[in-house]
Amino acid sequence: MARMKFLLDSDRCIECNACVTACKNEHEVPWGINRRRVVTINDGKPGERSVSMACMHCTDAPCAAVCPVSCFYTTADAIVLHDKDLCIGCGYCFYACPFGAPQYPRIGNFGSRGKMDKCTYCAGGPQADNTGAEYIQYGANRIAEGKLPLCAEMCSTKALLAGDGEVIAQIYRERVQRRGYGAGAWGWRTAYRETVAI
Amino acid sequence: MKIRILALLAALFIGVAGLPAFAQGSSQAPSVADEMAIQALLRGETVHGRITIPDQRAANLIQPQGREWREFHNVTLAWVGGVAVLGMLALLVVFRVAKGRIPIEGGPSGRTIQRFNAFERVNHWMVASCFIILALSGLNLTFGRHVLLPVIGPEAFTEVSLWGKLAHNFLAFPFTLGLVFMLLLWIKDNIPNGTDIRWLKTGGGLVGNAHPDSERFNAGQKGIFWITVLGGAAVAFTGYMLVFPFFFTDIAGMQLSHMIHSIVAVLMIAVMLAHIYIGTMGMEGAVEAMTTGQVDLNWAKQHHNLWVEEELAKGRAASPPTGAKAAGAD
Repeated sequence: MARMKFLLDSDRCIECNACVTACKNEHEVPWGINRRRVVTINDGKPGERSVSMACMHCTDAPCAAVCPVSCFYTTADAIVLHDKDLCIGCGYCFYACPFGAPQYPRIGNFGSRGKMDKCTYCAGGPQADNTGAEYIQYGANRIAEGKLPLCAEMCSTKALLAGDGEVIAQIYRERVQRRGYGAGAWGWRTAYRETVAI
Repeated sequence: MKIRILALLAALFIGVAGLPAFAQGSSQAPSVADEMAIQALLRGETVHGRITIPDQRAANLIQPQGREWREFHNVTLAWVGGVAVLGMLALLVVFRVAKGRIPIEGGPSGRTIQRFNAFERVNHWMVASCFIILALSGLNLTFGRHVLLPVIGPEAFTEVSLWGKLAHNFLAFPFTLGLVFMLLLWIKDNIPNGTDIRWLKTGGGLVGNAHPDSERFNAGQKGIFWITVLGGAAVAFTGYMLVFPFFFTDIAGMQLSHMIHSIVAVLMIAVMLAHIYIGTMGMEGAVEAMTTGQVDLNWAKQHHNLWVEEELAKGRAASPPTGAKAAGAD
């Protein structure tokens, strides 16, 4: 099986936020919830760099490790998903997540956050694939249709890559070799305990 | 520490991998942002940037502290909590076997003296019932998935945990109110003094068979009082930080609040197990103090001799109400 990963080539990201918009639209993500976001480091200074970040679908995911009700599971493609019917909205996954991926419908409402929502790698959830119930809870299931996450598919500069870790790492390696520089795969060390060897 | 070493290796690796690339005639200078990000990660700091959405918490790109919090939650807290609670239970079993139930010496006298008035008792039970539910629902968040989840299944466990979470959030308020009342009601009898040192030196009569003098509360009870008040204050303060997430603090503050909250809470649970034991099955005549409020005079003389003398002296000094007649005069 593939080991699905995201790879962000920050030398290419132009902070257009198309990935964010694509994600919002594809899954009809409610206002206030951001499964994907673009963070700009050193904004307006030399070496400014933008990074599109969502759930990285970590190896040994911290969210799953701390969840008091064990609502997370990892698919055969190593995508980290969760069951909203089991989530109690305690907020622990947000404390543990290095990337700030978990989102809650209500954050400040007396601790009653509601069910956690996060990037599903466009792979839906535990409901039957591409049913209405799955769409309402988790959004579209593109993986079940044989497609890759829409954020990466939409990326105009192909800064954001999604797919099997080996394949996207190879694409990135070739890029870095051709252009002669590379800032490294953002978050890979944290998420997958490895980096792209060039 | 392990994480930092990994990050350092990553940085070295990126550095080494980058060198030949730059040597190949690229005019590109190393990116300042990348260097800063690597430096921040090496120091275990958050990589922070600018974001165009209203949720400013999302401007944190990577927060490595999450790993430390995970380590705390899954390893440190589980061990401290497990050892404290199970260790105290084991200790109580040993105490019970060694010492048995502590009897009233000479048996009950049949005459009673008021130890706690109705308000004190109602307040005690309000705090106690809140504490038990808070403790169970809190322990459930750390240990439930290992203990209860395999027994009752995921759906039922979620239901229990959800109700537990709601109860935990709302019972925090009567619990805190009760603690304030406890502080106001009992602080005057809980100031440590010389009697307590003598009580502690003789092992309080718990170890050995000494009968140290004691006022209304002995040193052990004073300890329980201060653990309840000060520990309760710490748990309440950090608990309110958690129940209003990100309202007063950021992610680091939330993690720290949780760490203080949970460690103090499991230690308080261990202490309260001892308090519950000695107040009920561990000692004859003790539980009446908090049920009817009337304790047997012999019990009181045995455990709180100075307090009994004081109370009796008050009674002797009291002037009879006008018109009162001596018993049997009519």
